[in-house]
Amino acid sequence: MSTSPRKQNNREKPLSRRNFLKKAWAALGILAGLEFTGAGMAFLWSNKKKTPAGEPSKLLSVGAVGDFAPDSVTPFRPGRLYICRLEDGGFLAISLKCSHLGCSVGWDASSEKFVCPCHSSSFDKVGNVLSPPAPRALDIFPVIIQNGEVMVNTGKPVKRQRFIKSQAVYA
Amino acid sequence: MAELLDKSKQDSPADSQEQKFGLKSLVLHLHPRRVPQAVLKFTHTWGLGGMAALLIVVQFLTGLLLRFVYAPFPGKAYDSIIVLQNEVLFGQFVRNIHHWSAIFLLAITFLHLLRVFFTGAFHGPRQFNWIIGCSLLFIVVAANFTGYLLPWDQLAYWAITVSTGMLEYLPLFGTELREAVLGGTEVGAATLLIFYNLHTSILPLLLFLLMLLHFWRVRKAHGVMVPQNSGNEANNYVAVIPNLVVRELATALVLLAVVLTVSAVFNAPLQAKANPDFSPNPAKAPWYFQGFQELLLHFHPVFAVLVIPFTAILVMLAIPYLRYDAEPTGIWFISGKGRKMGSISAAIALILTPLAILLDEYVISPSAALAIFPGYIIKGVIPLSFLLIFIAALYYLSKKKFAATKNEAVQAVFIFILTGFLILTATSVGFRGEGMRLAWPW
Repeated sequence: MSTSPRKQNNREKPLSRRNFLKKAWAALGILAGLEFTGAGMAFLWSNKKKTPAGEPSKLLSVGAVGDFAPDSVTPFRPGRLYICRLEDGGFLAISLKCSHLGCSVGWDASSEKFVCPCHSSSFDKVGNVLSPPAPRALDIFPVIIQNGEVMVNTGKPVKRQRFIKSQAVYA
Repeated sequence: MAELLDKSKQDSPADSQEQKFGLKSLVLHLHPRRVPQAVLKFTHTWGLGGMAALLIVVQFLTGLLLRFVYAPFPGKAYDSIIVLQNEVLFGQFVRNIHHWSAIFLLAITFLHLLRVFFTGAFHGPRQFNWIIGCSLLFIVVAANFTGYLLPWDQLAYWAITVSTGMLEYLPLFGTELREAVLGGTEVGAATLLIFYNLHTSILPLLLFLLMLLHFWRVRKAHGVMVPQNSGNEANNYVAVIPNLVVRELATALVLLAVVLTVSAVFNAPLQAKANPDFSPNPAKAPWYFQGFQELLLHFHPVFAVLVIPFTAILVMLAIPYLRYDAEPTGIWFISGKGRKMGSISAAIALILTPLAILLDEYVISPSAALAIFPGYIIKGVIPLSFLLIFIAALYYLSKKKFAATKNEAVQAVFIFILTGFLILTATSVGFRGEGMRLAWPW
């Protein structure tokens, strides 16, 4: 009962000392909460910033240009990828991670197809979808050719809808 | 009046002094002192909430033991499970109990939700407790899911790969979300540490806090709901100790006996150590997510992963707030009419869902239409429109033709969707073989 007249007083002069201190405490509390949240986020996210995007973080040497015959597909297990050399000598590094749900596709040499064991998606030699459920072509990794050595940046998979000529890298 | 007198008698100082530090006092924090005789009947609640609570305690205890052996690192996790099973006394048994209790817990929590729905125990003061209960179900699912990865065998590795792969179909932030969950671009050391941490500290803590809230709100609503049609039994109050407590103990002992027997007979599965280069055929999500995996085979990803599940969850959360004609509580399936309509909609779903699966599998998906029209129309907008029109028709027909109340019509729709989802799950678990093609389970 006694509080209601006081409340009305407060409404008339909103910044009594008591009211000011209350608000100051609340503001400080919110500020502290935000700080701790921010510190927590920074803690959780700091691990991720070690490899800034675009930096060649995991450059793998897969062999010399001459090691790969034109029109061939060679698995390279340490990088979990396939090196595909096109008929015209272009290189593609194709991820073995299926674009459907992330299973590992296998190369079926007899039918010249990548086949996903999980849900039967299949892809042609350059990674284009031959049969769904896969929604898009297999990811590729950037290829760099220096002094006749083929290197693949496995830290940076590139998503694509389908194969286009400019994706291939030439010696 | 008699009840009031009884209460005052119970609260006499000598009595409460005696109970202050005893087990009785603990029990009376969870339960009222006296409950109507009508709520004691087993088939009133089937004791499902209590069973879930007991299984959570079992999970806490066996989980504590497993933590002494398990090592959450890709190089050590699988070997620590082998050590657990082969060298630790009762190691295999404790793992089995943890495994089977997890499955029982998920099933029983879901049955508890169904019980609350079908007995109308979500009305009035219990509205918000339905939300808390749904949150508890989500946490139990999350606990099951994070635990699924920990054995680090082929089953675990590829189930988590496939399930988190579904996240990538979320528009705008799907890839980012998946990478945040995995702590990287694929399932690896960071994923295992994140899942272990969620599984053994964050989720149990959340579970515990929400359970307290859940129990407290049941208590605030004067215990479990009293059946409307129970007549005299509703006014005939009996003491919780021993009447209710003895029944609870008996239920608990039977459940424990079942869990222990199953754990003694069936070992928790452990396949070969996880191998990121080699996917098994087929690779399936954990069974409780296989309904969604099946949905993903039939619907465009944005619909299967985003639109349908989130709509379903929102509708589920909204159930208590739909402004019903009446609030019948404690009567299974509302009425004779509700029961009949429920059976009919279950039967319709039982026939239509397999037909829809077959239609998509053998007619729509292989057809040339997919090459002409975009997938989100052929496998998204069109089938979803059909589904929504059908649900709307079901709702209005039951109201107009059967002169059903809103409660009965909502229940019919709920049963229809529930049956459909159960069939999707069963299809994926039992009828999907190599390459996820339809196959007989035998």
